[in-house]
Amino acid sequence: MADLTSNFIGIKSPNPFWLASAPPTDKEYNVRRAFEAGWGGVVWKTLGEQGPPVVNVNGPRYGAIWGADRRLLGLNNIELITDRPLEVNLREMKSVKRDYPDRALIASIMVPCTEEAWKAILPLVEETGADGVELNFGCPHGMSERGMGSAVGQVPEYIEMVTRWVKQYTRMPCIVKLTPNITDIRKPAMAAHAGGADAVSLINTINSITSVDLDLFAPEPTIDGKGAHGGYCGPAVKPIALNMVSEIARSPEMRGLPISGIGGVTTWKDAAEFMALGAGNVQVCTAAMTYGFKIVQEMISGLSQYLDEKEISLSDLVGRAVPNVSDWQHLNLNYVSKAKIDQELCISCGRCYAACEDTSHQAIDMSEDRVFTVKDDECVACNLCVNVCPVEDCITMEQMAPGAVDPRTGKVVEAVPADWTTHPNNPMSATAAE
Amino acid sequence: MDPKALVPGIKPGRMDKAAIEAGFGDLHPALDDHEALVAADRCYFCHDAPCQTACPTEIDIPLFIRQIATGTPEAAARTILSQNILGGMCARVCPTETLCEEVCVREVAEGKPVEIGRLQRYATDTLMAQNVHPFERDAATGKRVAVVGAGPAGLACAHRLAMMGHDVVLMDARPKPGGLNEYGIAAYKSTEDFAAREVAWLMQIGGIELQSGVALGRDVTLEALKAEYDAVFLGLGLGGVNALGVDGDDREGVADAVSFIADLRQASDLSALPVGRDVVVIGGGMTAVDAAVQSKLLGALNVTIVYRRSQERMAASVYEQELAQSKGVRIICNASPVAVHGNGAVREIEFEFTDDALAPTGERFRLPADQVFRAIGQTLTGEGLPELDGRKIAVDGTGRTSLDGVWAGGDCASGGDDLTVTAVAEGRDAAEDIHMSLMG
Repeated sequence: MADLTSNFIGIKSPNPFWLASAPPTDKEYNVRRAFEAGWGGVVWKTLGEQGPPVVNVNGPRYGAIWGADRRLLGLNNIELITDRPLEVNLREMKSVKRDYPDRALIASIMVPCTEEAWKAILPLVEETGADGVELNFGCPHGMSERGMGSAVGQVPEYIEMVTRWVKQYTRMPCIVKLTPNITDIRKPAMAAHAGGADAVSLINTINSITSVDLDLFAPEPTIDGKGAHGGYCGPAVKPIALNMVSEIARSPEMRGLPISGIGGVTTWKDAAEFMALGAGNVQVCTAAMTYGFKIVQEMISGLSQYLDEKEISLSDLVGRAVPNVSDWQHLNLNYVSKAKIDQELCISCGRCYAACEDTSHQAIDMSEDRVFTVKDDECVACNLCVNVCPVEDCITMEQMAPGAVDPRTGKVVEAVPADWTTHPNNPMSATAAE
Repeated sequence: MDPKALVPGIKPGRMDKAAIEAGFGDLHPALDDHEALVAADRCYFCHDAPCQTACPTEIDIPLFIRQIATGTPEAAARTILSQNILGGMCARVCPTETLCEEVCVREVAEGKPVEIGRLQRYATDTLMAQNVHPFERDAATGKRVAVVGAGPAGLACAHRLAMMGHDVVLMDARPKPGGLNEYGIAAYKSTEDFAAREVAWLMQIGGIELQSGVALGRDVTLEALKAEYDAVFLGLGLGGVNALGVDGDDREGVADAVSFIADLRQASDLSALPVGRDVVVIGGGMTAVDAAVQSKLLGALNVTIVYRRSQERMAASVYEQELAQSKGVRIICNASPVAVHGNGAVREIEFEFTDDALAPTGERFRLPADQVFRAIGQTLTGEGLPELDGRKIAVDGTGRTSLDGVWAGGDCASGGDDLTVTAVAEGRDAAEDIHMSLMG
């Protein structure tokens, strides 16, 4: 059994799986049950400033996208920060932390963008014994209309300013949670870094309308005939989150900035992918909301088995794929592959043929008796056939050995890599300039 | 054991009414909405799909399944019914395991095909439950066509002709339309009077006049029909039943399986329908299975199918064979009847084992039997018919017979399997050819 003990910016937890700040972490009852189920840490549902708490809608808060058999693929929510009084949350946090000293307990905070507001709340949080704070600069709905959440996260100067206040008024480690609703994730991350953040966490949810009720002509979720955009999360957002995590991880300016990976983590494998792209731990919400707290047991056993099989430690995994995240211009143009269909595995559905013939490079041949074969002289190795094939590993991309002639181009496959920067068609390339 | 089950002879009420009714429930219960979505989602939407090729009526199966998957079963039903107006019945009775589902790529890959038949039923049931008839008649052509036989071929032909604007007179010798759908198939495949409901729904197209109790050769002649109508379609089915041709074939208790099934289908109270304690069904096709299974469901203690060739050669599909066996029917192969014994009524039936070339081996055995069903094939009956090809009316690819202005299709015509779906295809295609011929 691999050691999954995690140390994220000095915050220790028995495993790298934390519950993200969200409905599952809204109160003591849930958090105790989460810890009993095995979660390594919890980011408590976002606290607001003292006084009358926010209110939520009394109609639906969630909308969803489903796959086969109503498997939940994407969830959207318009719930706000905690709607319980601050003192109740603080009391409960203290009680939980006292009983679970080995687990990570982080307070997510969202208060107005004034120094006084942050200065006021931080000591109260510190008093609970919480291990750290996470600044919620991410929520894209509701609170952003009041100048908080993603309204802050979309302005790097505000991020840096607030982060500085937090570092000034508390000794607790500070994680800045980023919104993906921006054009370049590196800018807000840099701002957090500049403000002295100990880590960033991402992604928060994505602005979204999940669907439109075609009878009411209103967005879902619909409240009395109207809907507002909400925050999208769940497996559907994982590719976006992975990219944003990697963008920060491979940025030279932020080298070594710890990242807490969030966005559609549903299985141990998702977690491992985030960590390979540079996340020091992961935070989970939608998967728990879909299947309950017990999923963490699969995450623990799966990640442990994987590390054992790879014979690497958890810290070895973190960032291991980052060096292989490249700009397009540095991809090897001398790498040539061809699709190959395994006739033993092929079930003759013809989807590869339809996809290639109708929408790609007309590189698959269909015989009278439904045998499908790749035309190497047309195949550009786009991978679409692999992606639409319903049988795993039936179609594979086979690398052509250096020295062989690519029947599509008639050129010999070169052994030495070459990329766009030196390609003769590139007007900016060094060789073209000669 | 219920003592009623042990009473010898042909008796009604061998089981409680409730048990009988439960046994005759839907063989494949309808999919509910969620089940249909899950089943539809398994379809890969194959290119040039093998299932469509395998369907005698060439229904665009991937399209209708996608229409179900996207929440429009009504549109799916139109896709089905535009090719096969009896898509509802075919969804219930088609041997999908030897047609569309046999070639489904998921059958090839996993041994578990997309449930095409049940999905087809889901779509057609949805539309029919709304009592919507999805087609409208073209402008009247003034042409009149006689369709003889209101079975699947005749119904499909009549509907297509009516849709194209012709006036159709649809005649059938029996009191009710539907042919084998109404009188022939197992009751658990057409529950809740589906065959009759489907015909009533089909007739909503308009322009079809039904004349029941009109038999060709008895009440009307082909000559007269040819003279009176612009075209004639013969969908007569097979009216005769092959005899066993052995001693004792006429003993009391020996009957045609098709008659037993027809009586069963028309019975209002199955617990009043008599059945033997020891039933022997001779034959190897669907009719044999339908008779055997239903005998068992009525409470027969021992039901045996005896088939003269090897089990692999049975015309009933493997699925049907297994259905029979799962209901407790015993199947004996490579044995031919040689005599029916008894004193007046049948008491035993004697068989001789045969080799694969049907040569007698000399090994004989007897089975106790108080009821014997012949299910060894049906024959075309009638006089003054067009030329035959073997024992059926000779037709070309579009159903034209040797007589000018006379088309034929379904079981009475040469070519194709004797399946409901094949009959529908032949009736439909003949209608198209009649239309071309009349309007051309």
